[in-house]
Amino acid sequence: MVQSPPETSPRTDSRRTARSRTGPIVDCDMHNYMSWTSSGLSRGGVLADYLPDRWRDYYTTFGMRTPNSIAFFPTRPRNMAARDDTWPEDGPPGSDLGLMREQHLDLWGISAGILNPIDQILMGSQFPYYSAALTSALNNWTLEQWLEPEPRLYASICVPYEDAELAAAEIHRLADHPRFVQVLMNARTREPLGSRKYWKIYEAAAEHDIPLSIHVGGAGGNPITGAGFPSYYIEDHSGYPQVYQAHVISLVCEGVFEEFPTLRWVMQEGGFAWIPWLCWRLDRAWHLLGTEVPHLKELPSTYVKRHFWYTTQPIEEPERPGQFAELLGQLEELQVVDRLLFSTDYPHWDFDAPDRALPREMPKETRHKVLAGNAAALYGLEIDDVL
Amino acid sequence: MKRYVVCQTHELPPGTRRIVDIDGRSIGVFNVDGEYYALRNTCPHQGAALCTGSLLGEVRSPCPGEYRYDGSRKLLQCPWHGWEFDLTTGQSWFDPARTRVRPYDVTVESGRSIAAGREGVVPGPYVAETLPVTVDDDYIVVTP
Amino acid sequence: MSSDHHHGGPLIDCDVHLPTPTVDQLGPYLSEHWREYIATAGFKGSMAVTSTHPPGARSSGHERLDGGFAEAMRNVRRHCLGESESARAVVSAHYGVETMGPPDFSTALSRAVNDWMLTACRDTDERLLASINVPPQYPDLAAEEIDRLAGDDRVVQVFVPARTSKPYGNRIYYPLLAAAERNGLPLGIHFGGMSWNPPTGVGWPSYYIEEYVGMAHVMQAQLSSLVFEGAFQRFPRLRVTVLEGGWTWLPSLMWRLDKEWKGIRREVPWVEEPPSTYLRRHVKLSIQPIDAPPDGPEVMTTIDQIGSDDVLMYASDFPHEHLSDPLALLDRLAPETASKVAYGNAAACYGVPSAPEPQESVR
Repeated sequence: MVQSPPETSPRTDSRRTARSRTGPIVDCDMHNYMSWTSSGLSRGGVLADYLPDRWRDYYTTFGMRTPNSIAFFPTRPRNMAARDDTWPEDGPPGSDLGLMREQHLDLWGISAGILNPIDQILMGSQFPYYSAALTSALNNWTLEQWLEPEPRLYASICVPYEDAELAAAEIHRLADHPRFVQVLMNARTREPLGSRKYWKIYEAAAEHDIPLSIHVGGAGGNPITGAGFPSYYIEDHSGYPQVYQAHVISLVCEGVFEEFPTLRWVMQEGGFAWIPWLCWRLDRAWHLLGTEVPHLKELPSTYVKRHFWYTTQPIEEPERPGQFAELLGQLEELQVVDRLLFSTDYPHWDFDAPDRALPREMPKETRHKVLAGNAAALYGLEIDDVL
Repeated sequence: MKRYVVCQTHELPPGTRRIVDIDGRSIGVFNVDGEYYALRNTCPHQGAALCTGSLLGEVRSPCPGEYRYDGSRKLLQCPWHGWEFDLTTGQSWFDPARTRVRPYDVTVESGRSIAAGREGVVPGPYVAETLPVTVDDDYIVVTP
Repeated sequence: MSSDHHHGGPLIDCDVHLPTPTVDQLGPYLSEHWREYIATAGFKGSMAVTSTHPPGARSSGHERLDGGFAEAMRNVRRHCLGESESARAVVSAHYGVETMGPPDFSTALSRAVNDWMLTACRDTDERLLASINVPPQYPDLAAEEIDRLAGDDRVVQVFVPARTSKPYGNRIYYPLLAAAERNGLPLGIHFGGMSWNPPTGVGWPSYYIEEYVGMAHVMQAQLSSLVFEGAFQRFPRLRVTVLEGGWTWLPSLMWRLDKEWKGIRREVPWVEEPPSTYLRRHVKLSIQPIDAPPDGPEVMTTIDQIGSDDVLMYASDFPHEHLSDPLALLDRLAPETASKVAYGNAAACYGVPSAPEPQESVR
């Protein structure tokens, strides 16, 4: 008889306990996923259980409109954009709290994680009342199935963001709940976010002093670049920083921060290497063309410094390590280093590992702030040992 | 140099892999069409369990619209970020000179030669002293 | 051209704008049929031109072209050419044909503007070179226009607007890209234009300043498309210039594209080298405007991060105003780099014979 040598399970491989090496970790972007039904591939299921009768009927009869990039780019590299090792026994990645605990929260020793429900990416594409019913159902499901059983989890409030009044109502319903920490919109909106069409959302967020955020995803009906529709997923995915640039330009130039001076925006998953040059370009343009936007009382970069935070994943990977230090230096000048929030994007393929993603060029003290302190300060989280 | 007996050959048939812990290192051992390969199970990028990734053929193209698929070349794709590594050399597709994962020698040896105490062969990680080796079987041996 | 700068060598000014010709000025270059068509339609020119450079905006600098055609051309000579025999200026006259539906009309206008422009160059100064209009939305017609004019020594570039309804890497553009390549002309992607879709990926902004700033992300989308859709593999001698679109965004774009390629390059297997390698080999960018603080270290850091002396080209962008001084930038560069940016890179790009050694005398 030959005894097999011990095999290692990839999921339980505790090759390291990150927390002991990194200190506390707050993961500012992780995903729970309701079920296959939300992808429009089948009917019924979990979401139906959370809808009132009128919308359950509608949902089971007509489903959801799905004009998103999943349809346009059927070649998403693999696995519905998920890590290979995040699939539960049944259901899509992100649908199983037990697996999320085991291979993510426990493995890395994560103190707090903020859920951005994946199903939100379709909500901007539904008509207003339907979108409102769906997002309410989604929020109730997140609360019951994720936040209540798992004290380390927090969540974003999903809103029907293409109808600002209905979105504001959902903000009023949930913003004061201690486990809902921000309002979630998707990056691909119908109009740039500075548009007055969205201002009632901002008014509600300001009233409750809750941060707003945008996350990758959505389908506003526009070609996804200012140069028209590209052909490949790699262009869609690598093009997100350009979408975030358009939103920052719009939010600043259209005067949102003069109208709502306390707003805090979290730009999730859009990168951060573009912030310096965009500030330089905005400031020069303001000196040149400021008469067009007399409502701007300050330099554009001043608004950028004051109102925006950024999650780190997918981490910037410059060509040479020293260039990350150069980038950090520029961000320091712009007071952005205290606005970087560590995130993993679990369970997606472009996941950032808590112990490896932040490069060595980031000084230890900065690293601690990025991993937990900045997020604790922004969201008012009480985390042990936070610097 | 120590060498490690992983298992009997029939326990790793073609198309399968096994991830074992050898001297504190996680190593993936593969049988591809009767050829054996072993790579360190850690992606040099962000540390994913590389050897749990998909084995894919090579895709190249001289220009848009033309696809040259070579199924005889085996590329191991990281389960996280999708970096591709040549299973035979551990070299990455995108930067073979500088971005690599460590390969290990794999050999098949008879139980007889192992039982004869060929120098340096440790019969099985962690279970060395309890692993009975039968002389009539063949074993997969990894040299770290 | 001010005299308080140190860079003493000759210049190639790769982005200079002629005044937009009136329909009357184009008359001699149009057939009788199109002249009548224009007259009966009441057509006075394309809306895309004023949309790109609004009439009174400070950035447009239109007052520098006031005073009639002859005066405008004197200004071009004075500002962009100076006295040096080696100096060159690459002129364009954006006419907004990209926004027009009728294929034959947009082609006829392209031809007329090009013939007018080449005549203006010949009559004004032999050192003027031309960037020709084509209707990019009809790539096969664009290719015909390139082939028609490429034999003229003054023609050194194909002018296309940054804003498109599909980015230039898309296969629909292959006839245009092939014609540019076979005639040895770079595809000059210039600030502005008016396609049929919004100038952002998320809809229409309200203000011009948003479009002005946002042109940087449109340029990034164009370069991403050209690299990932395989234009440089399909057309290995194709060269692209980015004009008036800024350039300090280039390092952050290179980092992002390289990172993505490492992981999901199988989707676009023709991209066999890192995207940054294609960008450095095939793309050049004009240095005006300069999006960085004028005196700080940022601009030098960015140039170092670009990682090549071969990609930036001097431009005044006359008559446009950007509140940034490209001559001052040349003064900050090491002499060898400055000479490449001032002249050598554009000379290679546009097929201009090498300039004599820089002299200390005034240009």
